[in-house]
Amino acid sequence: MTGTTLDPYSGRYAQRTDGLAVSEIRALFSVANRPEVVSLAGGMPYTAALPLDAVGSMLGELVAHNGATVLQYCAGQGDERLRELICDVMALEGITGASSDDVVITVGSQQALDLVSRIFLDPGDIVLAEGPSYVGALGTFAAAEATVLHVVLDEHGLVPAALEETLAGLAAEGRQAKFLYTVPNFHNPAGVTLASERRAEIVALCERYDLLIIEDNPYGLLGFDGQTLPTLKSLAPDRVVYLGSFSKTFASGVRVGWAFAPPAIRDKLVLLSESQVLCPPMLSQLAVAEYLSTQPWREQIKTFRELYRERRDAMLDALDALMPPGCTWTKPEGGFYVWLTLPEGLDAKVMQPRGIAERVAYVPGIGFYADGAGQREMRLSYCYPTPERIREGVRRLAGVVEQELELRATFLGSSPSSDRLRWPRGSAPGPELA
Amino acid sequence: MSRRVGELTAVVLAGGLAYEREVSLHSGRRVCEALKQAGVAVRMLDPDGELLAGLAVDRPDAVFIALHGADGEDGALRSVLDLADVPYVGSDAAACRMAWDKPTAKAIVHAAGLTTPAWVALPHSTFRELGAAVVLDRIVERFGLPLMVKPAQGGSALGALVIRSAADLPAAMVSCLSYGDTVLLEPYVEGVEVSVSVVDLGAGPVALPAVEIVPTSGVFDYAARYTAGMTTYHTPARLPSAATDAVATAAVRAHEALGLRDVSRTDAIVTADGVVQFLEVNVSPGMTATSMLPMSIEAAGLEPGEVIATLLERAATR
Repeated sequence: MTGTTLDPYSGRYAQRTDGLAVSEIRALFSVANRPEVVSLAGGMPYTAALPLDAVGSMLGELVAHNGATVLQYCAGQGDERLRELICDVMALEGITGASSDDVVITVGSQQALDLVSRIFLDPGDIVLAEGPSYVGALGTFAAAEATVLHVVLDEHGLVPAALEETLAGLAAEGRQAKFLYTVPNFHNPAGVTLASERRAEIVALCERYDLLIIEDNPYGLLGFDGQTLPTLKSLAPDRVVYLGSFSKTFASGVRVGWAFAPPAIRDKLVLLSESQVLCPPMLSQLAVAEYLSTQPWREQIKTFRELYRERRDAMLDALDALMPPGCTWTKPEGGFYVWLTLPEGLDAKVMQPRGIAERVAYVPGIGFYADGAGQREMRLSYCYPTPERIREGVRRLAGVVEQELELRATFLGSSPSSDRLRWPRGSAPGPELA
Repeated sequence: MSRRVGELTAVVLAGGLAYEREVSLHSGRRVCEALKQAGVAVRMLDPDGELLAGLAVDRPDAVFIALHGADGEDGALRSVLDLADVPYVGSDAAACRMAWDKPTAKAIVHAAGLTTPAWVALPHSTFRELGAAVVLDRIVERFGLPLMVKPAQGGSALGALVIRSAADLPAAMVSCLSYGDTVLLEPYVEGVEVSVSVVDLGAGPVALPAVEIVPTSGVFDYAARYTAGMTTYHTPARLPSAATDAVATAAVRAHEALGLRDVSRTDAIVTADGVVQFLEVNVSPGMTATSMLPMSIEAAGLEPGEVIATLLERAATR
């Protein structure tokens, strides 16, 4: 008599799938989408603020007048007209004189991250990334079986001294990282922005240690004061692969992003992308091109900024008014996220079931680290809920934290948590939360 | 008057707001597929503010509750369905309330003559008022190690931990009590882990072939339950015939002692000396691709869709 594992393919999977399993954390996230739950977890842009009637008409006319092209394959590098328009967008982001020839259109910037990982990373290779870092990037690095070393960031972004220490330490061991992955503007998840003076320092360090930089800038145009700081790409064009996205400035559902890379890297990106997807979806590309050509997209970005600023204010005001002593949080000047640190000894993952019971959702911090750090931290998103819902969500969260403090005091006194659990693979938030 | 299956209309309730929402949605979809194959007209609803109005406007012959966790198992929803005169498959609200609360269920089946690990169930307030350290010391002194720590209410092993060192106990309590206000502690029992489903298709409750559970990691936790490949299942369980009979008898006796109806699933450990240790009973067993009730139904030579349709038919004519 033999048993069954219910998986006839057990034993045939690649080793890199080890640890991919259903998890409690992911199960708890499934409740977050119910309307009763105030979700401060999701990073979904507020697409309802788009001029949907105008966009709808635009899409209809696009298919009606140009359907044979819109519904066709295209070149693997992406549509030429859209690549030229992307250069206009990058000019707004602080990169002037870009050539459309060096732009590769991808299925969201997530595909660009995957391409970069596949191009550069062998199993065991080292990647440097901020701690915390974007969960979607950590996923691609894990899939490439790379080792992520986190470099600390503070309220002014990545700390150059910490980066130098890491680079020097690796050099002393005869090792070298393959690249530095960084989100300089309105960081996901930390909400902080890399200070202007640090940008030059970091570029100089990367020059000195001959380190490639992957600069991910999906939120760059969402500064609440309309501010743009110099991109790393503009400071070191040949050392930086720049990743951009229309997910936050137009629509995440179109899944259009891009990589702007030095020519040698660009060629590999194109060839690998062709093997993955043949070409990016033409319907989405031409929708974006048409949007950029016919709609007041710069004005729309201002609308988004104002909307997100109001929600950021609602969250910061509520946190100030309601959170128990000992909690600290970042104060974003753009983007979608606040990064909250709990009082000593609390664990955001452990208290997540209580959060769901109280109908508030957040993302525990350990999801944003590859090394099990972040237990006291959580990401709060203000991009999607209304200001009223944000205030209610923070009120509920404050109650959860207070109850956890009481529980912790009962069983553990004020001693800090000693258990350090890794975020199990497969338990990272899904795309609606990333 | 009995309906023919082909004329039955049913609603499957799935989703909800409990921690097991995702599991429930998987269960619900599979139940719907099985019922469609059996010729039942079925639709799936996620219980919310529209539920009662929806049931009133398009009234089904009966409801199948594929909700897990409090939503489907604590009896509250069933009370509301009773108020709305909507028939449903499964136990009534009063029986659910007893089965849902693990300490209550253990006390009832223990009184009915079943063996269950010694236990203590305490709310957070008891630890706070009497001092956690002294209470936990006494528990370890009485039960020894390893200990099983789990929420007094809930399923899918959410919040459940095996504790092998007393030093790990305080952190486990914090983790467990995040799932609910009361924790159940009992000695961890070594043995063959089995799950025995009981169904009543009209001739009284009958135990289906027991499923033996062998998790690769050694612990049948949430991941091991719902990730194909992480647990080996033997159906029927590889038990001596006496133990096979004993687990079947225990499951039916638990079903009856708790006053359950239509379907239940008892989880138990068969120790090396053949004793069946009752752990808990589930009034809304999982119906996912890795759940034990469908395995047991198929091992009994039955079709899941036909069994559920029969249960719906019985509920509709109750």
